[in-house]
Amino acid sequence: MSERGIEVHIFPFNVTLDELLAVRPDGIFLSNGPGDPSTMQTTVELVREILQREIPVFGICFGHQIFGRALGFETYKLRFGHRGINQPVLDKTSGKVEITAHNHGFAVQAPTEGVFDTVFGRGRVSHINLNDQVVEGLELLDRPGFSVQYHPEAAAGPHDAAYLFDRFLHLMEGKR
Amino acid sequence: MPKRSDIKSVLVIGSGPIVIGQACEFDYSGTQACRVLRSEGLRVILINSNPATIMTDPEFADATYIEPITTEFVTKVIEKERPDALLATLGGQTALNTAIRLHEAGVLEKYGVRLIGANVEAINRGENREIFKGIVESIGGESARSQICHTLEECIAAAHEFNYPVVVRPSFTMGGLGSGIAKDESELREIAGAGLRYSPTTEVLIEESILGWKEFELEMMRDYKDNVVVICSIENFDPMGVHTGDSITVAPALTLTDVEYQKLRNLAINIIRSVGVDTGGCNIQFAVNPRNGRIVVIEMNPRVSRSSALASKATGFPIAKIAAKLAIGYSLDEIQNDITKETPASFEPTLDYVVVKIPRFNFEKFPAADPRLTTTMKSVGEAMA
Repeated sequence: MSERGIEVHIFPFNVTLDELLAVRPDGIFLSNGPGDPSTMQTTVELVREILQREIPVFGICFGHQIFGRALGFETYKLRFGHRGINQPVLDKTSGKVEITAHNHGFAVQAPTEGVFDTVFGRGRVSHINLNDQVVEGLELLDRPGFSVQYHPEAAAGPHDAAYLFDRFLHLMEGKR
Repeated sequence: MPKRSDIKSVLVIGSGPIVIGQACEFDYSGTQACRVLRSEGLRVILINSNPATIMTDPEFADATYIEPITTEFVTKVIEKERPDALLATLGGQTALNTAIRLHEAGVLEKYGVRLIGANVEAINRGENREIFKGIVESIGGESARSQICHTLEECIAAAHEFNYPVVVRPSFTMGGLGSGIAKDESELREIAGAGLRYSPTTEVLIEESILGWKEFELEMMRDYKDNVVVICSIENFDPMGVHTGDSITVAPALTLTDVEYQKLRNLAINIIRSVGVDTGGCNIQFAVNPRNGRIVVIEMNPRVSRSSALASKATGFPIAKIAAKLAIGYSLDEIQNDITKETPASFEPTLDYVVVKIPRFNFEKFPAADPRLTTTMKSVGEAMA
C-alpha cells in the first residue's frame, strides 16, 4: 500500500472505533491472523460498525474470515488447510486463474454461486480455490468492501494477485 | 467451454530426421499430441519424413504420410486431405518453420486451414530477435546489447563496438545451429559467415558477451482465456556460453532468491502475453549476472521445446499433451491434472526434489568435430534422474 502512495496507520486488534475514526481513514485494511475467527466477536462487531459507515474495507486471510463473519457467515476448520505458494484460484470477475500463496486452516462458509443478501446489501463470492472449491474471496456489491483468503502481498510467493491493492485504492478514491 | 466445434480434422507436422539439437523429444511430444487429438474424436493426419519414430506407427494417426517435410509435400497432403487445422507447435523448429512457409505461400488460406496453437504473428514476434527485443524493453525487461547484421562487414563493425568476445546468433535456426562465440576477427569471419548461410533470412545477431552469467529457463503455458502458469524453472549448471543442450541442468532452479525468481516469473508472464502465444507451451531463457543480479532476457521459443520434455518428466505435468488440448479449445482450468485426477491443470508444480540432466557426448565418433563446448549444441543424448 505504501508503494501505491497510501499513508498507512497500524492499529492493534483491540482498537476502538473512535480511535480508528480519529485518523479519518479513507479505507480500512484487515490483516492476516493467526487464530480462530470464531473467537473474535469484538473485532467482528467493529468491522460491522465500519461497514455501517461505508468506509472501504479490504481483508486478507484472517481479515477475510472476520469480514465473512461480519457479513453473517460462519467459519469452519478445513480438513486440509491450504499451505504453499502454488494454489490456483479462479477470479470469478475476470474468469482468470491466478497462482496464489496460501496459509490458512479456517475458511468462510458461503454460497459460491450467485448473489447473496446481507445486512449490508448484496454480495457474492468473488474467488474460489480450484483444487477444492473453497471460498477464497468475498465482495459486497452495494457497499465498498471485499476480502481474499490468500496473500496477494506474499513474499515468498507469486505476484499474480497484486491487482487487488489497486482495486482497494480505486474503492477508496471513489469514496472521497 | 468444451473443445472447439469447428475443427474435425487436424494435420500434425512431425519433426523429421533426428539430428543433433533435435532428437526424440519431438517424437515424444508429437506422439502425445496425436494421442490426445484422436481421443477427442478428431481425424489426425500426420506428416513426418522419419519412419523410425513412434508417432508414425499406424495406430497414432488416421492417415500417416512419410514424406519430406517441405512446403511442396505438405501442400500436397493438405490438397488431398483438406484438414480443418494445422498443429505445428509440437514438432520442433522444423515443423514451425514449415508452417510459416505454408502461411507465406498462401497455402493455408487457399485451403482454409487454421493454424492452431500459435499464430504467425506471435511466432515472428517470438523468433525475430529485433522485434522480441522491443517487446522485452516495452515490458521493462532488459536484453543484452546487440545488433542485427545481414553482411559480414556489418558483423565486424558491431563486434568492434561491443568489444570481443561477442556472441553470434543466426535467426530461425534450431539447436543453436551456426551460432558461436568469437574472440577475434578471424573467428568472427568464420562463425558469422556460416551463420549467415544457415539462417533462412540471412540474418545474424551480434551480441555483447554475457559469458559466465547464470542461465535459467522457465517453462510456461498459456490458454485462450489468458491464464498463464509456470510449469518448471530450470537452472543450467554450466554458465552462459555453453548451450543448454550441452549443459548439466537442474530443476527446479536452486540459486535464486524469491525476489529474483518472482522477477523472472513476472517478466516471463508479461513476455508470453505480449508476444501473444495463442495457446500452449513456451520456453523463455534468462541470464542473471551473479555479481550484481542484473537480469537479461535471452530468448523465447513459442512452441514445445527440448526443455519441455525435461520439464514434463521433472514435474509430472504432461506439457505436450496439455498443449494439444489447449490448441483445440480447452482452457487450463477445464483440464484435469493427470496425477491427482481431481485438481485442475491450472496450477504450478512445486518440487520437493531435484532433477538433474546430464548430457552425453560422442566425440570419438566424430573425430573432425571440435570437442570444446560452445553455444552450438554438440551432445548426442542425455541421462536424467
